Amino acid sequence: MNALMVLRVALKALRVNKLRSSLTMLGMIIGVAAVIAMLAIGGGAQERVREQLKNLGSNLMLIFPGSTTASGVRLGTGAAQTLTEEDAQAIAVEVDGVVVAAPSVRGAGQVVAGNANWSTQYFGTNNDYLIARDWPLASGRLFEPAEISGSGKVALIGQTTAKQLFGEGVDPVDQVIRVRKVPLTIIGVLDRKGQNALGQDQDDIVLMPISTARNRVLGQTGGKQKRIGSISVKTADGADMKAIEERIRELLRQRMKVQPGADEPFTIRNLTEILQAQEAASRVLTILLGAVASVSLLVGGIGIMNIMLVSVTERTREIGLRMAVGARGRDILKQFLVEAITLSMIGGALGILLGVVASFAVGEFADWRTDITPQAIFLAVGFAAGIGVFFGFYPARKASRLLPIEALRYE
Amino acid sequence: MAGSEPLIRVDGLTKDYVLGDNVVHALAGVSMTIAAGEFVAVMGPSGSGKSTFMNMVGCLDRPTSGSYWIAGEDAARMNADDLAAVRNRRIGFVFQQFNLLARTSAIENVELPLMYANVPMQERHARALAKLKLVGLAERSDHQPSQLSGGQQQRVAIARALVNDPALILADEPTGALDSRTSVEIMALLQQLNSDGMTIVLVTHEHDVAAFASRLVMFRDGRIVSDERQAPTSAAAALRALDAERAVSA
Repeated sequence: MNALMVLRVALKALRVNKLRSSLTMLGMIIGVAAVIAMLAIGGGAQERVREQLKNLGSNLMLIFPGSTTASGVRLGTGAAQTLTEEDAQAIAVEVDGVVVAAPSVRGAGQVVAGNANWSTQYFGTNNDYLIARDWPLASGRLFEPAEISGSGKVALIGQTTAKQLFGEGVDPVDQVIRVRKVPLTIIGVLDRKGQNALGQDQDDIVLMPISTARNRVLGQTGGKQKRIGSISVKTADGADMKAIEERIRELLRQRMKVQPGADEPFTIRNLTEILQAQEAASRVLTILLGAVASVSLLVGGIGIMNIMLVSVTERTREIGLRMAVGARGRDILKQFLVEAITLSMIGGALGILLGVVASFAVGEFADWRTDITPQAIFLAVGFAAGIGVFFGFYPARKASRLLPIEALRYE
Repeated sequence: MAGSEPLIRVDGLTKDYVLGDNVVHALAGVSMTIAAGEFVAVMGPSGSGKSTFMNMVGCLDRPTSGSYWIAGEDAARMNADDLAAVRNRRIGFVFQQFNLLARTSAIENVELPLMYANVPMQERHARALAKLKLVGLAERSDHQPSQLSGGQQQRVAIARALVNDPALILADEPTGALDSRTSVEIMALLQQLNSDGMTIVLVTHEHDVAAFASRLVMFRDGRIVSDERQAPTSAAAALRALDAERAVSA
């Protein structure tokens, strides 16, 4: 018998037992669909973390001033303005592996442009901040050195803020905004960055030179003049962030003259590391989901084997007759093997369909990001075919080894 | 094939079954020849070995010892695949329970041996239809077995046995599941085939049925106890007699 005839005989046998065939396939369908949907959900979670990592800027560390105690009341992180611009410079110069260390001060409030106003946050910083955050300009130019040191009345603006103040499609460059009544000319627009890990819109922002923020907008004077709110540190690619963190810690303790063993008045947050840990966790989640789904695929395969075994027993007389009219053992083997493989392949194909639909449904209704990869589909199809062969082989061989006379006389 | 060579020759054929501690000699040394064109009826009580003999002749089972030549080929020395080929090309089977594939049309049932002989689809179809015509069921080729009467099902089975143009038809109680009139019709068909030259070996336990054959072989305790030629009853005449009877009673 040639392959086409074998296939036709197998399809015929499956058609004759429609209900049984479709129930057997159901196991396969659910198994394959589960694998695809689970891998899509896991992959989506992973992709989301990876994107956040990219958004954040790679190899980023943030340093905040520590807590302080004022009159017995312990204030939170950042309450003590212990960090200075000099600290940032020292880190950039003295610690190996640091690319930039950008100081920044932060404020929040209404920003006015013409008759529009918008509540946003603004940062006083320098160009290094954009390097640390891997944040390019969409249009315009960066700050000039003279503007940074001389309280230049200029600003860079985020996409969201620009849209809120000037409307869609209007170029805000050379427009004037007022922050706390200080007019600043917009010199550039930041590229779109999207949401951060906490779901906050990072594009809702205004950047200005640090001296402008301190001298003109925030109005800080005197001793606090050089105090800053945070330092953003970018380390070199492939550098050991843990080691750099330790060196920065040491340097700052030294500069602030912290006694050995005493609490340090600053905090170093290694965001990249946190996100990388999250990514690893979501990868484990993907594997776990896939493994659980694989179990259902396995159960589907065992279902196929059960049905094929029942089918061999039930059709023993048919096998006997086929042998009596000239079927060889291998013809019978092929027939039952092709039946099993056909069952699992059709089940697999329907499973892919269901899996893709389920993934989209989860993405749509649960608002979860799902990511269907070709690998997941290949994996599921390979699994389905493998299961067909593996679990179909035993019943098929059992059928092919029957003696014609015993099969024919089977009651 | 030499002209003198019989179609079937068995020599000292034995078959033992081991049941627990006992060895049952189902065949205890059977020797006979069947020439091409014969119509042989094999009779005997149950346990006489006639069915075991049939299975040997049909290459469905292997003898414990002895030799078996079919059309000049030594079947006792063949492997399973060669035996399958012999069954496919040389032997047509007709069974008591018809053994048609359920939910499969008559013509597809008839085509089955041709599929295992790798005959292309169009030729398969044409040959199967010709044999269905021969048994008088050409217009029912699309019917499934459940839509056919017992006699019609057996005719489909005979068409299936004939489709590969075998040297021999082995009929194992072909009328065992049919009423008496249908039985006679089937025997008339077999007689017709025999008169066209087909060799037929028929196993039965009914003397009425055996009477249609031209040679009667009796089995008892695994041996042949008699082997005689006889003048066959004409099945066609028997049918006419049955029709006349019915006309009188009506």
